[in-house]
Amino acid sequence: MASQILRRVVRSCSGGILSSPANHHHSSLLPALTRAFSSATPITATLFPGDGIGPEIAESVKQVFQAADVPIEWEEHYVGTEIDPRTQSFLTWESLESVRRNRVGLKGPMATPIGKGHRSLNLTLRKELNLYANVRPCYSLPGYKTRYDNVNLVTIRENTEGEYSGLEHQVVRGVVESLKIITRAASLRVAEYAFHYAKANGRERVSAIHKANIMQKTDGLFLKCCREVAEKYPEITYEEVIIDNCCMMLVKNPALFDVLVMPNLYGDIISDLCAGLVGGLGLTPSCNIGEGGIALAEAVHGSAPDIAGKNMANPTALLLSSVMMLRHLNITDKAERIQNAIINTIAEGKYRTADLGGSSSTTEFTNAICNNL
Amino acid sequence: MARRSVARSLLNNLLSNKLEPCSRITASRSVTYMPRPGDGAPRAVTLIPGDGIGPLVTEAVEQVMTAMHAPVYFEKYDIRGDMKQVPQEVIDSIRRNKVCLKGGLKTPVGGGVSSLNVQLRKELDLYASLVHCSNLPGLPTRHENVDIVVIRENTEGEYSGLEHEVVPGVVESLKVITKFCSERVAQYAFEYAYLNNRKKVTAVHKANIMKLADGLFLESCREVATKYPGIKYNEIIVDNCCMQLVSKPDQFDVMVTPNLYGNLVANTAAGIAGGTGFMPGGNVGAGHAIFEQGASAGNVGNEKLLDQKKANPVALLFSSAMMLRHLQFPSFADRLETAVKRVITEGKHRTKDLGGHNTTQEVVDAVIAVLD
Repeated sequence: MASQILRRVVRSCSGGILSSPANHHHSSLLPALTRAFSSATPITATLFPGDGIGPEIAESVKQVFQAADVPIEWEEHYVGTEIDPRTQSFLTWESLESVRRNRVGLKGPMATPIGKGHRSLNLTLRKELNLYANVRPCYSLPGYKTRYDNVNLVTIRENTEGEYSGLEHQVVRGVVESLKIITRAASLRVAEYAFHYAKANGRERVSAIHKANIMQKTDGLFLKCCREVAEKYPEITYEEVIIDNCCMMLVKNPALFDVLVMPNLYGDIISDLCAGLVGGLGLTPSCNIGEGGIALAEAVHGSAPDIAGKNMANPTALLLSSVMMLRHLNITDKAERIQNAIINTIAEGKYRTADLGGSSSTTEFTNAICNNL
Repeated sequence: MARRSVARSLLNNLLSNKLEPCSRITASRSVTYMPRPGDGAPRAVTLIPGDGIGPLVTEAVEQVMTAMHAPVYFEKYDIRGDMKQVPQEVIDSIRRNKVCLKGGLKTPVGGGVSSLNVQLRKELDLYASLVHCSNLPGLPTRHENVDIVVIRENTEGEYSGLEHEVVPGVVESLKVITKFCSERVAQYAFEYAYLNNRKKVTAVHKANIMKLADGLFLESCREVATKYPGIKYNEIIVDNCCMQLVSKPDQFDVMVTPNLYGNLVANTAAGIAGGTGFMPGGNVGAGHAIFEQGASAGNVGNEKLLDQKKANPVALLFSSAMMLRHLQFPSFADRLETAVKRVITEGKHRTKDLGGHNTTQEVVDAVIAVLD
């Protein structure tokens, strides 16, 4: 522990980014989007292995990163067994501070503890780290055949407000109201990120998904904010699509869409729909973006307790999410190498885990990826 | 000797199955419906052509009805989607006739005008909207074995239209769920399943997040489910539902949903079954019914379709068949459906969305030609 702190202090002195690791108040740092680094300086990232199959697939990620020589040092944190009063949940204050400090993290699947008196883990992370955008790239994996083989889109979902504000009440017996909140600030924030992401990743079109013909003021405000941001990026085509049309076109011809930006509820539904188009949540990467450039990549599938510990789990989702994390850090060359290795391994078809129709173990699959690097 | 050879050649004929298609149909026993005296009197139906491709496809229906000599006559009213509200005479006509056939009414995006479709539904209290999404034989799609009926609550939920700006830059929209509306749409769904020999009803919700609102909807569904023990009932969260629809749609039968999710699920189901071009549907209430194209994906067709007159009339033709059954003219409905299905299966007359290049009029002519 002491040697770790010493190492971190030495690194921070040479990097000049942090004043002291024990200092909980950090000044507004450069967002990680523009962080310049040299490949010699390792970046610390927080890792939440999670429950169930989490630790196994986290091992896979560590192994692949080591084989690819990625300059990331992992700081592992686990979900506690007691409620931490400072966070009102099973996640400790130290875990959250670690993510705030490191600016990047990777999260495995976490089982939701049952009971009252605490916030859900995802809610804790979202509120404490102010994670406002959920980014999910969905592309057809060559070699894993689904009914759709030309999907290549990214869904960006506003993650803090909208229909999920949790503000409901019973007016009288048998009548319930639920509030959907849309604010200019949150809509502008997610629209800015969407266009920035499109530009940074060479995407040509951003589509805003809405139901503004019925919900005129709320979705109308969202659209207005998107239009404002669109004017600043004239090289990117901007269009608006009504959500029922979007659903229908997605299942008929998903190649029509490129980047989709949406409020909370529509984003939830559409991003899961797109995950279904490419093969399910077991293959879909995801990344949550927070204020100040924090990025927490996560695997959105469940913790699969029935296959935990049996070396059968598919690490693809967590690996692809870690690739997203690398891209966010601008380590694009390593990200490309790892992504290509994963895609080629699945395309070759010799090593596939049980859920993809093969019979390889997690370790065999991981070794195959390392060999393909 | 001669008799035996005649008998043998007859036997050969029967076994070789060389019957003509028409005679094959009439050779089987036809279904017969026994009417009450006076059921054949012509019924008035309000007709709203609407915007975009609406007039084109409603005219197709009118032509087919005339060709069949169906006992319906239409009272046509011209309303456009950007009118401030539905004219009172149209509402009176629907109240009088009880049944209406409608093309699409385009709701302008952005504000000022509230949707006329929603207004009609609320005025006439058409509380259930039904869309039947199923594969058509002869039309290959990515998903097979799709036969889903989506029943959607039509009056409240997210479409309450209650929005206001709290302070500049912060807008609130109210989603209202009541036990009364949830119960009656659940009742309609189970009754529909019972009357149409459907085996399973699935309630679609997001009650893990919207615990009170969707929780109330689920409670109502569960209560109604206990009254129909012969029908299986289960619940599914809406994002999982969409994911399952695109991967394993054959697990769904009848789905009952609140307003917004119903819109999304119906359009998704229509998409996987082959597109909105041939899904019938309608809105029904205690006293009235409006039949229209089942899932319209929020638009009324693009201008190119309109200019070239290549809109697909099949959806509205199927919906008008549903209307004929609702009006208790089932034999006409059967004839219409058989003719349309034959035209599509033969594949010689199809509009662009079904992979062909014919105009609306050509499809209608083909349907009229095979009407028997």
